[in-house]
Amino acid sequence: MGDRLVHHGEATKKAARPRLAVFKFASCDGCQLSILNLEEDLLALGQALDIAYFPEASSDMKPGPYDIGLVEGSITTAEDAHRILSIRRQTKVLITIGACATAGGIQALRNWADVEAFKQVVYPSPEYIQSLSTSTPISEHVQVDFELWGCPIDKGQLLRVITDLIAGIQPRLPADSVCLECKRRGNVCVLVAKGMPCLGPVTRIGCGAICPGMGRDCYGCFGPSEGARKGPGLPPNTASLAKHFHGGLQLIPIEIMRRFRGINGYGSSFLAESNAWEKKT
Amino acid sequence: MSKASEQTRTIAVDMVARVEGEGALRVTVKDGTVEDVELRLFEPPRFFEAFLRGRHYAEVPDIVARICGICPIAYQMSAVHALEQIFGLRIEGALRDLRRLIYCGEWIESHALHVYLLQAPDFLGYDSAVAMAKDHAAIVTRGLRLKKAGNAIMTLLGGRSVHPVSVKVGGFSRVPLRGELERLKDELLWARDAAVETVRWVADFEYIDFAPDYNYVALRHPDEYPLNEGQIAASTVLQISPNEFEQHFVEHQVPYSNALHCTLQGEPYLVGPLARLNLNQNHLTPLAGQVLADKRIALPLRNPFHGIIARSVEILYALEESLRLIEQYEPPPLPAAPVAVRPGTGMACTEAPRGILYHRYQIDGDGVIREAKIVPPTSQNQSRIEQDLRQFMPRLLSLPDKEAALACERVIRCYDPCISCATHFLRLEIERE
Repeated sequence: MGDRLVHHGEATKKAARPRLAVFKFASCDGCQLSILNLEEDLLALGQALDIAYFPEASSDMKPGPYDIGLVEGSITTAEDAHRILSIRRQTKVLITIGACATAGGIQALRNWADVEAFKQVVYPSPEYIQSLSTSTPISEHVQVDFELWGCPIDKGQLLRVITDLIAGIQPRLPADSVCLECKRRGNVCVLVAKGMPCLGPVTRIGCGAICPGMGRDCYGCFGPSEGARKGPGLPPNTASLAKHFHGGLQLIPIEIMRRFRGINGYGSSFLAESNAWEKKT
Repeated sequence: MSKASEQTRTIAVDMVARVEGEGALRVTVKDGTVEDVELRLFEPPRFFEAFLRGRHYAEVPDIVARICGICPIAYQMSAVHALEQIFGLRIEGALRDLRRLIYCGEWIESHALHVYLLQAPDFLGYDSAVAMAKDHAAIVTRGLRLKKAGNAIMTLLGGRSVHPVSVKVGGFSRVPLRGELERLKDELLWARDAAVETVRWVADFEYIDFAPDYNYVALRHPDEYPLNEGQIAASTVLQISPNEFEQHFVEHQVPYSNALHCTLQGEPYLVGPLARLNLNQNHLTPLAGQVLADKRIALPLRNPFHGIIARSVEILYALEESLRLIEQYEPPPLPAAPVAVRPGTGMACTEAPRGILYHRYQIDGDGVIREAKIVPPTSQNQSRIEQDLRQFMPRLLSLPDKEAALACERVIRCYDPCISCATHFLRLEIERE
């Protein structure tokens, strides 16, 4: 992916700065804010890249094609499903930023709403509103080159991925569970010591294990981790953790269902686990 | 019946830049007079009020934070206050102070973002702060560092600045040690001086003469500049408790926007820094008063473009207040008061950076949400923005479309609209047999 962006051996000095675009779909703006929160690095980024399209930060909206496209938000309208196709065509490296773009976000809770009930929904004037009955991640619509998890994303991870791309390196980020980071930080395990239903054992690393650090249970905002059970690319052992929530912590099935059906509830392994417990409610 | 001589002109802004979220504007001019102004918030609705139903009350702060990445604390604060009302809890002392402190952090972060990155480029003639930095590096760097100081408060108390994790019903999951807060002081002292410079800087901008007749609405509290608590007051005689909000403020839908409009006794009104400052000037600090006097700025401010001054004054206030709260801090005995769940309905209103934010929740005996209602500041300001544009437009009619559109955008940006917040509240009424 990286070498598609910067061609080694070519006269790189003469090469124009890579063009960056930031697109928004259904979201809270928090991941775009994480870009602005880069603070002094933001200005360095503005020098290394041509920020060609970023409506939230600049009135100067230049047309594509773009080298790097960051996509925030999920697809919730027919118009947006169409728009992402055109963005994909104009963008060399397309990166989703955050839980909405990567897994459908908190608004994907609508995906479990009874479709018949949705049809009977009464707005003050429902005919004015255009919205799909689902909220889906970008990868259900177009090919995605890299996914940044997190609600919000970690700005350090974002900066690392962008600088890797500029340097022509294939970006890689760890996909281990939060537990690893928690142990490194010397946090007391809230699952074992306090009996809190912590999702850390099945949640992707990257936030800095802040929830256990603040004395509470992880709620999965970096999405499912990989590899704890069978290896990289494979899902975490949510079933075992859920079983402990039930047998060890005495959570009832609906509580376990809610636990997995949250910020990243539509992320594949969390989705499967919450559906399994819904059947038991 | 249209006459052949009638000339219709449409001025359109397809995508309003440098605002949070997605909106467009359409102004129709017929025979030289403004016929219609539509601020269209096309950001797709996310239905928070619908999917909050069936969730446990303890999950609410984590969920409602996701309504807005710029002001998550505002959503968490209105939520916990409303839920605590149901449980008969009143949070006092150090926990109350810490809530005020983390809210100050959010005001600093959100206001600095708007003043430096979103609105100042309008006054200095740039497309963005990054472009502005080429000629005004020191100023942009000052703004970014100020914003960072706000983020530092939020990160210390909440674990991170976007979607903090520690706020809960009853208090916090963890409270800081005295020493941790002390370590913020040096940076906040720098930031306080930078905030003074910010007020002076924006006071010298050139302002267009424009003063609509506003009905300002903000919280008022007998002892302090309002953040978490107070009565809802208006420039008109209104003075009500947040519990009475829905008896006075009415939301209605318009065909062209995904956000509900809100009116007070059928009329538009203004919420946000300008309203807050004008209704609470008696609680400003001596330093803030002094800086305003030096710059010969007299309150009340009536020009929407002066919103940037109000925002800058509030950054200064929030920094002085943060330093005061840190100075007097003694850690509370418990990070959170114990909660005894009982069914009921609770309401609360707090001052989000963009104005009053109302929440109402109804929960059952298991602590599960049965109904939720959320009225964000931007949907309250929407009618007022349209009315201002209607009043502002006549002076733009001689300009070419493109320039008129740019001028309209600048008016819209005065309100720091958060469209992501505003469009998430189309309520679903689900009828089940």
